[in-house]
Amino acid sequence: MALPELKQSATEARLATLSLPDGGCLEAARAAAVSRVQTLGLPDRRDEYWKYTRPDTLVTADTPSAKVFVSGETPIFDGFDRLKIVFVDGVFDADASDDLSLDGITVERLADVSAKDIHWVKDLYGVLEARGQTPVARPLASLNTAFATDGVVIHVTGKPSKPISLIYKHGDESSDALLHHLIRVETGAEATILENGPAASRFNKVTEIDIADGGTLHHVRAQGRDHERRAATHMFTRLGAESVFKSFTLTVNGVLTRNEQVIELTGDDAVAHVAGACVGDGDFHHDDTVFITHDAVNCESRQVFKKVLRNGATGVFQGKILVKEGAQKTDGYQISQSLLLDDDSQFLAKPELEIYADDVACSHGSTSGAIDEDALFYLRSRGVPHGDATDLLTLSFLAEAVEEIEDEAIAEELVTRLEGWLARRR
Amino acid sequence: MLEIKNLHVKLEDEDKQILKGVDLTVEAGKVHAIMGPNGSGKSTLSYVLSGRDGYEVTEGSASLAGEELLELEAEERAALGLFLAFQYPIEIPGVGNMTFLRTAVNAQRKARGEEELSAGDFLKVIREKAKTLKIDADMLKRPVNVGFSGGEKKRNEILQMAMLEPKMCILDETDSGLDVDAMKLVSEGVNALRDEGRGFLVITHYQRLLDHIKPDVVHIMANGRIVKTGGPELALEVENNGYADILAEFA
Ligand SMILES: Nc1ncnc2c1ncn2[C@@H]1O[C@H](COP(=O)(O)OP(=O)(O)O)[C@@H](O)[C@H]1O
Ligand SMILES: [Mg+2]
Repeated sequence: MALPELKQSATEARLATLSLPDGGCLEAARAAAVSRVQTLGLPDRRDEYWKYTRPDTLVTADTPSAKVFVSGETPIFDGFDRLKIVFVDGVFDADASDDLSLDGITVERLADVSAKDIHWVKDLYGVLEARGQTPVARPLASLNTAFATDGVVIHVTGKPSKPISLIYKHGDESSDALLHHLIRVETGAEATILENGPAASRFNKVTEIDIADGGTLHHVRAQGRDHERRAATHMFTRLGAESVFKSFTLTVNGVLTRNEQVIELTGDDAVAHVAGACVGDGDFHHDDTVFITHDAVNCESRQVFKKVLRNGATGVFQGKILVKEGAQKTDGYQISQSLLLDDDSQFLAKPELEIYADDVACSHGSTSGAIDEDALFYLRSRGVPHGDATDLLTLSFLAEAVEEIEDEAIAEELVTRLEGWLARRR
Repeated sequence: MLEIKNLHVKLEDEDKQILKGVDLTVEAGKVHAIMGPNGSGKSTLSYVLSGRDGYEVTEGSASLAGEELLELEAEERAALGLFLAFQYPIEIPGVGNMTFLRTAVNAQRKARGEEELSAGDFLKVIREKAKTLKIDADMLKRPVNVGFSGGEKKRNEILQMAMLEPKMCILDETDSGLDVDAMKLVSEGVNALRDEGRGFLVITHYQRLLDHIKPDVVHIMANGRIVKTGGPELALEVENNGYADILAEFA
């Protein structure tokens, strides 16, 4: 079927700005992704899946510029022992990065890997992304598979002693970055991936994650504070039997963020938790779009998303749990909540359940509200000043999401950042 | 200590007068009790004194130790030494009980220009006070009042009172929802705080609380006014005959 004319021309205009990198063993995958983009067309405001978030600026041929934010704070995760991998405007920076060797894990640059011929890489690159195109199209991810210029390939074979930390620096006001990472976690292996930074003026990132039976992956990300930055990120994760995936995202500022999580539980007894806390002030639009498919017995999925919005900020949540036929004993939980600090801010939520098995326990809830006046008065009546009481209640609202992070030191670091955000608004 | 003069209060959003001229003075070192039928305005009085939004004072005044109360923010009244034990303590998910108390104690100290309590000193004091109220470590760690039983919530109010050491304590139906043992614990907690420098205003329906916390003065409130004031024997009269006889005098 031909694309609508406007979509067709917007897609062509965007494709014309990009050129295919030297594909190596990924050449076929990249070519297939180009045709997916051509068939699907890039998203526009008429797409149902983009009803609450305007994709225009994520798609335009020209990159909307974004000022580089300079903070006086020490960068997040600085105090942690970790393996640092630095990208500046989407380009790997070897000098700023650590030596990539670490027991239990292999980390290589995407470009280096594609020159070799590693079969698991070929079996993963663009594969989960392509599967993730049904039942809902995610053409920005296909665009990424086709044209990503850099990224890392992480093979977790043991239990590395420290987290792998991907640091995305932003230095150029008109940078347009496309990064594509692959992560494969082997049976019994376990690792933590950290991500932080604004990355670019416009950032398109795809991570494909394959967790073998009994593997565990923790992921914690803090998206950069640059007010004008834009990001569309996709994480496609497949979980084998008894494997575990836990992902948390903190978003502070950013004019436009769309984070998609596409998760497939394909082996029995697997566990996937995704959570997020975002705080937005003014020109801030933050969209969490989650699609979790249960395709095995006795799996657990959990979504916990909290948004604090003020001065006209907008929060979006689209979360779906699909329980396929035969996925008995599914335990699915989803909660999305916003705290609106004024009347100008808004939260748009679309929680969905689609269930084709009969022995499942799924629940979802979505709420939107202001600070609880009774709780506020209770605190004030004990002598806590209005501002402090409001901050305390705001942090407690976010706590349920932050508590999803298993590592307490990391969770504490994120709470400190949230406290900082609140303190700067006093 | 607490001086209320001709206090008239209406709801802010509604043309509904609730307090219609309350006069009441609680001296330092004394315990005053207020009894009265449901809906007579007892809780409203306690909220207006502690600074809750939603009410409008149309006439009259209230002062604490000589300081005008009604113009102050709730937190300023607390720092002056006013404390309300809530009829229905509020649950605050996500805020640990201990954090809550420490924040409150230190906020008040700061407002009064005193030094904040160190974490260690605070722990020492709270452990000791919690113990006498049979509040265990788990209750201190849990979010404020979340999942607490009725009795636990009320004991938690008294713990807050003990930690904050207010000058003027208002207790709004602290006895409701308490079994005999809890009533005893709570009363002991209150009695331990009785002091020459501290005043108490105890709102209750029942004589049984007043068996434990012996009042010096008893007031009967009806339809937004104090309609009768007397000694402890007035509470006994209510217990035996209900409010009907007393109210009939003013019908
Ligand atoms: N926020 C409010 N909205 C509507 N009515 C109220 C409100 N607060 C108090 N009232 C009314 O004021 C009267 C006194 O209530 P209250 O002070 O709770 O009495 P008491 O504590 O003596 O039982 C009641 O008729 C009650 O319904
Ligand atoms: Mg009452």
